[in-house]
Formats: sequence, structure tokens, C-alpha cells
Amino acid sequence: MAALDRLAVQPVAPRVVPERAMISASGVQKRFGGPKGLLALEDVSLDIAEGEFVSLLGPSGCGKSTFLRCLAGLEKPTAGKLLLDDKPIDGPPEKLGIAFQRDALLDWFSVLENVLLPADFGGYGRKAYEPRARELLAMVGLKDFADVYPSALSGGMRQRAAICRSLLLEPRLLLMDEPFGALDALTRDQLNVDLHHLWQRQRMTVGFVTHSISEAVFLSTRIVVFSARPGKVAEDIRVDLPDDRKLALRDTPDFIRYTHHIRGLFEKMGLIHD
Amino acid sequence: MQTNKLTRFGIPLLGALAFLLLWELATDIGAVRPIILPSPSSIFRELASEPAWFAEQAVFTLGVTLLGFCVAVVVGVAFAIAIVEWPLLDRLLFPLFIGLNSVPKVAIAPLFIIWFGTGAEPKIAIAALIAVFAIVIDTALGLHSVPPDQLDLAKVLRGSRLKVLLRIKMYCALPHIFAGFKVALSLSLVGAIVGEFVSSQKGLGFAILTAQGSFDTPRVFAAIFILSILGVVLIGALDMIERVALPWHASQRKAAGH
Repeated sequence: MAALDRLAVQPVAPRVVPERAMISASGVQKRFGGPKGLLALEDVSLDIAEGEFVSLLGPSGCGKSTFLRCLAGLEKPTAGKLLLDDKPIDGPPEKLGIAFQRDALLDWFSVLENVLLPADFGGYGRKAYEPRARELLAMVGLKDFADVYPSALSGGMRQRAAICRSLLLEPRLLLMDEPFGALDALTRDQLNVDLHHLWQRQRMTVGFVTHSISEAVFLSTRIVVFSARPGKVAEDIRVDLPDDRKLALRDTPDFIRYTHHIRGLFEKMGLIHD
Repeated sequence: MQTNKLTRFGIPLLGALAFLLLWELATDIGAVRPIILPSPSSIFRELASEPAWFAEQAVFTLGVTLLGFCVAVVVGVAFAIAIVEWPLLDRLLFPLFIGLNSVPKVAIAPLFIIWFGTGAEPKIAIAALIAVFAIVIDTALGLHSVPPDQLDLAKVLRGSRLKVLLRIKMYCALPHIFAGFKVALSLSLVGAIVGEFVSSQKGLGFAILTAQGSFDTPRVFAAIFILSILGVVLIGALDMIERVALPWHASQRKAAGH
């Protein structure tokens, strides 16, 4: 343990205040089912700056998804403050990008129509966004699949289409709830790379829920580790790895230092042991 | 493919032919009296003797069935959407609806004659009444079957309730709705016959009732034969409409090996 502590990982102070916080959570609590109900989040305070890629990492049931759902306006915190651009989050914000573990593609629409759904539902006009939808599909290698039904796609292709859908409106904020959790390891690696490229190009703010340590380190500029339920921020880690990340990065000592450190945290929490 | 088709359709056909042959033999050797069970050949002779008359009766019954079914579809789907979209309406009306449905519809048939006269209207009403329940139940079930992820997505995309209903809920419900349609269509055929039994000068139900009055068993069987053909054709047609209307669903079912 002592050896772990000496590893050169820079934990961010419990409450960093970035120059301009896009998202600001202070004392966020979420309890399901009345005052005596299940406490999913106990006291979450963190600020997220514009353009950060923040992974919420933690064991199953630690409330990281609940926190993400609060950010998306799908759940209301039972206590605390949760601000987006200095305004309390009350319902889903405009032009929010979202992706779920199951792709939530609509089987009855073509891939292109699925990608255009945010424009249709938001009332921005499907015609106006069609070029962008096609461009996004081309970017993730689905150019030739625009007009087929999602049932013709593999799991990885479906999730790619779902990511295109989440990026259609050029969201400033993209929230992803274990988007690659249901994919095989190889597809997952590829989608990690794809997502990294997309983020590099667009530099939107990303909230990314995962329980894969290496996925979090590979993708993020910052990792917020949650403790087991009720969820609290156990540690806030800044990831100082090169900006242009390749899969081989995962074999470098720098990368392993981060994964090692986080695994140490989980061991300390008693979540994993040899 | 060829042998596949042969085993799929050939073997059941063989079974049906063997059944008819046995039936024919049993009546020919006098094991069953023709007034109880006429031979298949005499039934077909009966059909062939007055094809135009039988066709007229069949068209009337078919018309009543389809109109009753259409009324049930419009009323049933609209009612299901209303109770799913407005939970207050659900609590207000659904128990009443269940209660009304537990009244045997056949018992109401004579009342409809009083209300709507002796034309086609009371028969259509009975057919619709018998059919509507299955449509309401299956449509409501289907509208409730939207996966939670898709509802979350719709919320995040800030879609209007109408768009969520038309783009997500209705499509999710369609396979259930078609399952309800199939039950409802068979039931509206039953309703049409019940209506014709109670009071009619036309239709296959009327044909059966009058033939029964004169112990014309072959004619009774001829009408029943047409009815069973009608039933099979109606369900088959609905199946085809479903496949055309729900191409994504059909392809999925094929992929799943059904």
C-alpha cells in the first residue's frame, strides 16, 4: 500500500474550481423512494470545466449512473445544488448528447433516421441536419449503412450509430452511460479509439460512466472515482497523458501507473482483492 | 427449398385429404346417417348447386365482419391511447370497461336489434363489441412496452408527447396491436354470425339457421365450410398486411428463426 501511495499520480484536490465551471455540483444527494429509501448518492461535489473528458468510475451500484442521470435532467437530486452554466438543471438541457449502454436505436427507423432523431424531436429540422448525419456516419465507418434497419448491424456498429445520434446536434455536453459495456473486448477497444478521435475533433465536454479502469484512463482528462454506495467522490484524478492517444499507450509505464493507482484505490475500498 | 415447401404444405394437405376420404367412406357405407353427417361430396354438391346464393351470403357476412372489425380497431386503438396517455382516464374508465366486457355479448345481441333495427347495423355493432376488448388490451399492453432507455432518450431529446407517441410508442405497440387484431378479427366473425342468428334475412348465419329449420344438414355444413375458409383467409390477409407494414419486425423474426 505504501508503495502505491508513492506512485506519481496527481490527485486533484477534493474540490477544484476550474476557471469556468460548466457543471458545478455541490453536496448532491439522491435518495430513491422517499425519506427512508435507498441512498444512491450521498454528497457529491465536483466542478467540470468546458472541454474536459471526465470519467465517472466506480463499482456497480455506486451511483455514478445516477449522477449522470441527474446531469441529464432525468433525475432530480433530493438535496444539494447541481448547476449547468450557472443555472440549476431542471429537466434535460437543450441539445444534450446522450448515449446508453444499450444503444436504444429504434428498430423501425433506418440508421440515418435514427441518427436524425434528435433534430426531429428537438424541432431543428431533419433536412437541415441530414448532411451532418451522413458525415458522422462516414466518420465511424457506417457510410454504406445509412439506409438499412438497425437489426442488420452488429452490436459495435449499432453503438457507433448511437454515438452518431448523440453527436448530431453538436452538443457542448455529451453524457455516456457505460456505452461500451455490452460489447466484446475487441470492439470496445476500437470504439475507445473512435470516441477519442471524435472528442479530439469536437472537444465537447464529456461525462463518461464506466467501470473499466483502463477505458477510463485511456479516454479521460480526468477521472472521478466513486466509492461504493452510497456514492461519494473517493478521489479526483487528473490524467496527464499525451493528447493524441493510441492503443499502444496502454502498455506504457505512464498509463500503467494510473491503472495501478486506481486498482489500489479499489483494493483499499475492499472491492477487489487477490 | 423444394422439399422444404413439400414437407411444409404437402404433409398437412395429405392429412386433410385422408380425413375427408375417411369421412366420405364412413358415410358411403352407411355408418353415419346423412342427416347427422352428410358426406363431403354432398356438401360440395350443395355448394355447387347455388354458388351465387352462397356467395351473396358470404359477402354479406364478410362485410359485417370487416365493418365491425374496423369500428373495433378505430374505437379500441383510440381508447387504448387515451387510457395510456392520461392515467386519470385509465382509473376512471378502465374498471368500467372490464365490467362491461364481462357481460356476455351474445346476451346483448337482442338488445341491439331493438336499438338498431334489423338491418346490417346491429350485426356490425355486435361484431365490433365482441372484437374491441382484445384490441384495447393488446394496444395498451404494447404502448406500455417501450424499453425505458428509449423513453429516457425521448425525454433527453425533448420530443413532444405527440412525437413520442407517433415515433416510438406506436411502433413499439404495433406487433402487439397486430396480435390483438388477429384475435379481434376472428371474434368479429363470431359476432357477425351471432348477430345473424338473432335476426337476419341474409348472411351465412341466416343460411345456417334456416337450413337447420328444414333439417338441410348439407346446407348447414356448406355454410360452415365457407365460414372456416373465410376465417383462414382473413387471418392470412392480416398476416400479410403485418409483414408489409412491419418490415423491421418481420426481418427480426426471420433472424430469430421463427
